[in-house]
Amino acid sequence: MPVPDAPRPAHRDERRVTRLVLIGTALAFLVLFLLLPLVAVFVKAFEKGASAYAAALTDPVAMEAIKLTLLVAAIVVPINVVFGVAAAWAIAKFEFPGRQMLVTLIDAPFAVSPVVSGMVFVLLFGAHGVIGPWLIAHDVKIIFAFPGIVLATLFVTSPFVARELLPLMESQGNDEEEAALTLGASGWRMFLHVSLPKIRWGLLFGVVLCNARAMGEFGAVSVVSGHIQGLTNTVPLHVEILYNDYQFSAAFAVASLLSIVALLTLAIKALVERRVRSGGGW
Amino acid sequence: MSTDGRRVLPGFRPAISLTVGYVSLLILIPLAGLVLKSASLGPAQFWAAVSSPRAVAAYRLSILTAAAGATINAVFGVLVAWVLVRYRFPGRRLVDALVDLPFALPTAVAGIALTSLYAENGWIGQFLARVGIKVAYTPLGIVVALTFIGLPFVVRTVQPVLEDLSPEIEDAAAVLGAGRFAIVTRVILPVIVPALATGFALAFARGLGEYGSVVFIAGNMPMVSEITPLLIMIKLEQYDYAGATAIALVFLMASFTMLLTINALTRRATARLRAR
Repeated sequence: MPVPDAPRPAHRDERRVTRLVLIGTALAFLVLFLLLPLVAVFVKAFEKGASAYAAALTDPVAMEAIKLTLLVAAIVVPINVVFGVAAAWAIAKFEFPGRQMLVTLIDAPFAVSPVVSGMVFVLLFGAHGVIGPWLIAHDVKIIFAFPGIVLATLFVTSPFVARELLPLMESQGNDEEEAALTLGASGWRMFLHVSLPKIRWGLLFGVVLCNARAMGEFGAVSVVSGHIQGLTNTVPLHVEILYNDYQFSAAFAVASLLSIVALLTLAIKALVERRVRSGGGW
Repeated sequence: MSTDGRRVLPGFRPAISLTVGYVSLLILIPLAGLVLKSASLGPAQFWAAVSSPRAVAAYRLSILTAAAGATINAVFGVLVAWVLVRYRFPGRRLVDALVDLPFALPTAVAGIALTSLYAENGWIGQFLARVGIKVAYTPLGIVVALTFIGLPFVVRTVQPVLEDLSPEIEDAAAVLGAGRFAIVTRVILPVIVPALATGFALAFARGLGEYGSVVFIAGNMPMVSEITPLLIMIKLEQYDYAGATAIALVFLMASFTMLLTINALTRRATARLRAR
């Protein structure tokens, strides 16, 4: 609801002094807790100059970590987009027994500690896990290897797209879909040409959030990765290794890459919201 | 196909099969594996693991710091939401976008950034050190990290409720003779309480399980500044799977209780809004 700039009746507003104090306090809090950490990342990243910054990013181990993180995101995001769209479609458009339980299960990864999220896969696939001995006998490595990282990341990021689309699809209704079907469109055609365009902005936002988390997940990946440099070392894990090795400016240089991903995520969110609010609709 | 109006749309079968299959494989079976594993421990071993002094200290620390972070966010989150909805000032849109930063910034990055700020020679830590306050490597540092992590939950649940609040209510209260203070505390505040409770619960739940941002700033001393997720991690690294599993199960049950509480709170809040 836009607030008119014209002066409002006194009872609907605080006195100017109160207003300034409230704005000032809120901004001070946000600067202290949100802005300063963000600024600190970039300042510390360039503390030793641009060439040290570039060296930290082009270091072969860092490059391997970047490649691994991009690869994980490239696998995880499309899978969770397909899942998220299917889940939102089934839950928003149809009634069935156990619907509420399914929603709770889809939400579960949000409520589970990242450490526990990684650990459940260690219990299944680790050397002492349920099917660990079988995997060892067949020379399949999941934990402390690439598949484990993908599984943990899939788990942690699975709710994002579904959660973004579900309320959107529920609120939209089915009139256009029914019209398309009446006019003779096939189910797929209806979905691609009618349903998908209706949710495109919500979908974009879900994808962007899912991607940010996939690239930045730390706890769950830390449990399953084994920290093998050049092999199972993602970008966030590389940041940790550098930091614990007292290579602070290199750690912040690599961290600045992840911060840029985060800033792009926020920018896309702001753009999507502006579009939707300015009457473009979803 | 059923004649039920909602069943007219196609695609239920493939969508529900894919969803249930994926959720079972990725979420249900792994979580059930955790429960089964801890069931194989035996009650004495289970109890010994979950009630060891180190574990109890970790639960206590996790609960207290998560509650402290969520409380700080409840106060400042409402303030930020209020300022963003009610006032116009330069940079408001930018500030609004920045509120989501903790959702988008990887926790490890937040962790090292906050640690460098609050260390004794850091931008903020050096001033606090002069008055004798140590933040980094103490439980206070954990609260700082959890405040960062939890902020968007409160702001984003309270903000839409404030936006939907119709000005007529305030007009009516004024006509009936209420002053501004009374309007805020007796008319506006009660309306946002359900959303605030949801936001607090979300921030608290997230704080309980948070790992990445906390481990860098906490100091990680057993019995003093060791949070529960870190204790689970340490037990895993020592191949004490039984101990890790038992503590994780206790933690998982706490998380699910929180999740169900949050869902119930949200449903009640939505029902209330619709009823108005």
